Amino acid sequence: MITITHYLVLSAILFTLGVVGVLIRRNAIIIFMCIELMLNAVNISFVAFAHYLNSMQGQLFVFFTMTVAAAEAAVGLAIIVAVFRNKETVNIDDINIMKW
Amino acid sequence: MEAYLFYIVATIAVVAGVYLIFEKNPVFSALYLIQTMVCIAVLYILLEAQFIAAVQVIVYAGAIMVLFLFVIMLLNLNIKEEAKNALPFQRIPAVVMGIVLFAAICMILKSKLLQGKHGEYTTAYVNTVGNTKLIGNLLFTDYLLPFEITSILLFVAAIGAIMLAKRKL
Amino acid sequence: MLNLVALILLFPLIGTAINGLIGKNLRKETVGYVACGAIGLSFFVSILVFIGLLLLPPDARLFEKQLFSWIESGSFKSAAGLQVDPLSTIMILVVTGVGFLIHVYSIGYMHSDKGYHRYFCYLNLFTFSMLLLVLSNNFLLMFIGWEAVGLCSYLLIGFWFEKKSASNAAKKAFVVNRVGDFGFALGIMLIFLTFHTIDFTEVFSAASHGNFAAGNFTITIITLLLFMGATGKSAQIPLYTWLPDAMEGPTPVSALIHAATMVTAGVYMIARCNVLYMLSPFTMTVVASIGAVTALFAASIGLVQNDIKRVLAYSTISQLGYMFVACGVGAFTGGIFHLMTHAFFKALLFLGSGSVIHALSGEQDMRKMGGLRHHIPTTYKTFLVGTIAIAGIPPFAGFFSKDEILLESLVRGNFIYWAIGALAAFFTAFYMFRLLFMTFHGESRVEHHVAEHLHESPKNMTLPLTVLAILSFFGGFLGIPGASAISNFLSPVFGERGHAEISGTEAGVHHNAWLPYLMMVVSTVIAIAGIYLAYQMYIKKPELPKKLAERFSLIYKLLLNKYYVDEIYDALFVNPTKIMAVQLWKRVDALMIDGSVNGIARLVGWFGNTLRYLQTGYIRNYAFYIVVGCICIIVYVALGK
Repeated sequence: MITITHYLVLSAILFTLGVVGVLIRRNAIIIFMCIELMLNAVNISFVAFAHYLNSMQGQLFVFFTMTVAAAEAAVGLAIIVAVFRNKETVNIDDINIMKW
Repeated sequence: MEAYLFYIVATIAVVAGVYLIFEKNPVFSALYLIQTMVCIAVLYILLEAQFIAAVQVIVYAGAIMVLFLFVIMLLNLNIKEEAKNALPFQRIPAVVMGIVLFAAICMILKSKLLQGKHGEYTTAYVNTVGNTKLIGNLLFTDYLLPFEITSILLFVAAIGAIMLAKRKL
Repeated sequence: MLNLVALILLFPLIGTAINGLIGKNLRKETVGYVACGAIGLSFFVSILVFIGLLLLPPDARLFEKQLFSWIESGSFKSAAGLQVDPLSTIMILVVTGVGFLIHVYSIGYMHSDKGYHRYFCYLNLFTFSMLLLVLSNNFLLMFIGWEAVGLCSYLLIGFWFEKKSASNAAKKAFVVNRVGDFGFALGIMLIFLTFHTIDFTEVFSAASHGNFAAGNFTITIITLLLFMGATGKSAQIPLYTWLPDAMEGPTPVSALIHAATMVTAGVYMIARCNVLYMLSPFTMTVVASIGAVTALFAASIGLVQNDIKRVLAYSTISQLGYMFVACGVGAFTGGIFHLMTHAFFKALLFLGSGSVIHALSGEQDMRKMGGLRHHIPTTYKTFLVGTIAIAGIPPFAGFFSKDEILLESLVRGNFIYWAIGALAAFFTAFYMFRLLFMTFHGESRVEHHVAEHLHESPKNMTLPLTVLAILSFFGGFLGIPGASAISNFLSPVFGERGHAEISGTEAGVHHNAWLPYLMMVVSTVIAIAGIYLAYQMYIKKPELPKKLAERFSLIYKLLLNKYYVDEIYDALFVNPTKIMAVQLWKRVDALMIDGSVNGIARLVGWFGNTLRYLQTGYIRNYAFYIVVGCICIIVYVALGK
């Protein structure tokens, strides 16, 4: 029998993978994808809770999350394009002028 | 049967996630992400959220990830992207922190924190009305205001993306 | 007519404003006219007020005019109100009358000074402050006037501030006065705590009808504190040292502020508070003793001084001592009477000395004068009148007032007061005639180049001298024993207490009717003895003083150096304070306070400098911190529940 815990642990694993990806990768686009992975991991928890608690709210929240993710992807990718145009790179270690 | 399906799909999702973060080529990374998302869509079906599963495939795996791939190809990034690594010492701490984070989340799961009220939308009721119809009803009644705000959000995002990507402002 | 009293204050204030704000752009004549006109109008209104007061029956001669409500804070209320009664009327007449003459004199004396408008601005401000002091109907407003005259005194002593000695003298006057004012302020606070009001009328009626027995401890403390203020302002021991130095100011200022009016504020204040003082026999003894000691002490210093103005300054201190003796034995009328006559003849003497200094192009040393009586005859004649008046020869003004004080001190006080007073009177007659002889008689010791410019002063300087000489001659008739106009006039203020029981009616049980006449003869003899001695020493045998000085060189040096009081004060108070201040500055201020403030700033700077390296600029670094933070929060939540 698959319980809610299974889904939550899976969600945690995927979320952690996303976090680790953000921390170790330098390609801005891949970091972005890792963030999407984290969002998806959270979505799993939402839907799982909705299912096991007989509620629709979780699903509705996922709907909104996706909207936000779409907007974020559009703007974020536009930023990456703009940065690439200026610095000829998407390596975020090269983009470090915001410091002391 | 259900349990087997869950384990298989979950394993694929995790493996694809691991590949995503260790793959050198961004195009492959994107493909691994699509793989994960499709697996998640399958999990949504298992959780009887058919509408969300469909949107997951169409919007996420379809639209957003295509946008990613499009940008990757537009920028024509070569594989030797990892030219400069300013923080090589952060690699191991990052992985350790990931494990610690996972442990911390598991602590939450083990505690009695995550408890909620049972709602009225039982599986039987949802099946009589239909999942999509229910979501639609809720979106245009109880959640009308957030729904309309998302429209503004998307509108602003579209304008913002255009403004940022334009060559000359 | 009494309602006009506020105008008395207003005119000098307007004069101050005009000369202070736009005086620089006015012609000198205009500045002088404005200043003199203001005081003249003030004097005119004062006369009107005086007449108005005379028209009232003697018992009703108290008029209060509330100008506006000033401070109201909890139970503390203070209104800006003026009070007209015989005492304040005499004071305003003296202040505006003598003040007017001195203003006129100043036009001539200061005509070539570049700070002309500044001088008249200060002088008008002083007149305003002094009038405020004497007209106020409560202690707080009086204190304002008290402080303001101190300020004007400071400004005018340091009028020629380019001179180091003048600015030092100004500072000294200010600081020494602060010591006294401190006591005065404390006294006012204690009055408020005791009586819950600072209004004169209320305080005095509460004191006279209240439950205060004679010798009440609180009243004694109050009166002692007030007297402390008086010693500062009126230059009594131990706070007299500033007055001789105050002679650094222009001579008319010395005449107005440091002889005729401001320094008598202490006497006025004690006379005003006579109800309180009569309740405290101990304070009365202190007042009389200090007055007597000061009178003798200052007179003895005056014997050997060579600076013409300094002799007069010590003479002023000595005469103020007389007034305090009078107050201290309860003869307030005598004190005020002497205050008035002293204002006349001392103003005359100072203005006369100013005329001499003017004639000699600024020379103040009497050893470089002599034989001036033919060169500046008007000055000489008026000066002679003033000298005789202060020496106490009948029928000049000083004789009556001084005689009354000596008599009262014998009748009400004891033989010691009288003996000291008589000795001081002898000294006074001697040093004043010494001054006169050294300046105007004998051979001329004037330096050659000065002698060529010798000239009599202009009309606007000699005219005030003449008027003051007349006043010095006739002023005494106001207080003729037995038919004393001033005593009757003041009786509503002092009641039975202030009456000069010269006719020996009530309290005068221990003396006989012949005593006043005997005293008159005695004081005249004393004065003549002093004059004769001076004549012998400075006209007949000019070599005698030098011999005496050699013979008694120790005493002579002691007197010449003013008993080394300044040096003692320097060693006891000034230098320790200076050392302490320097130590406080170097150790506490520069090291501790500045150090801690700078140290905190430096610490913050150091922290910022160190912590800014956390801002690496690498996004992944920031993300790492975020993750660590998230873990902490999650663990906290998980463990907390």
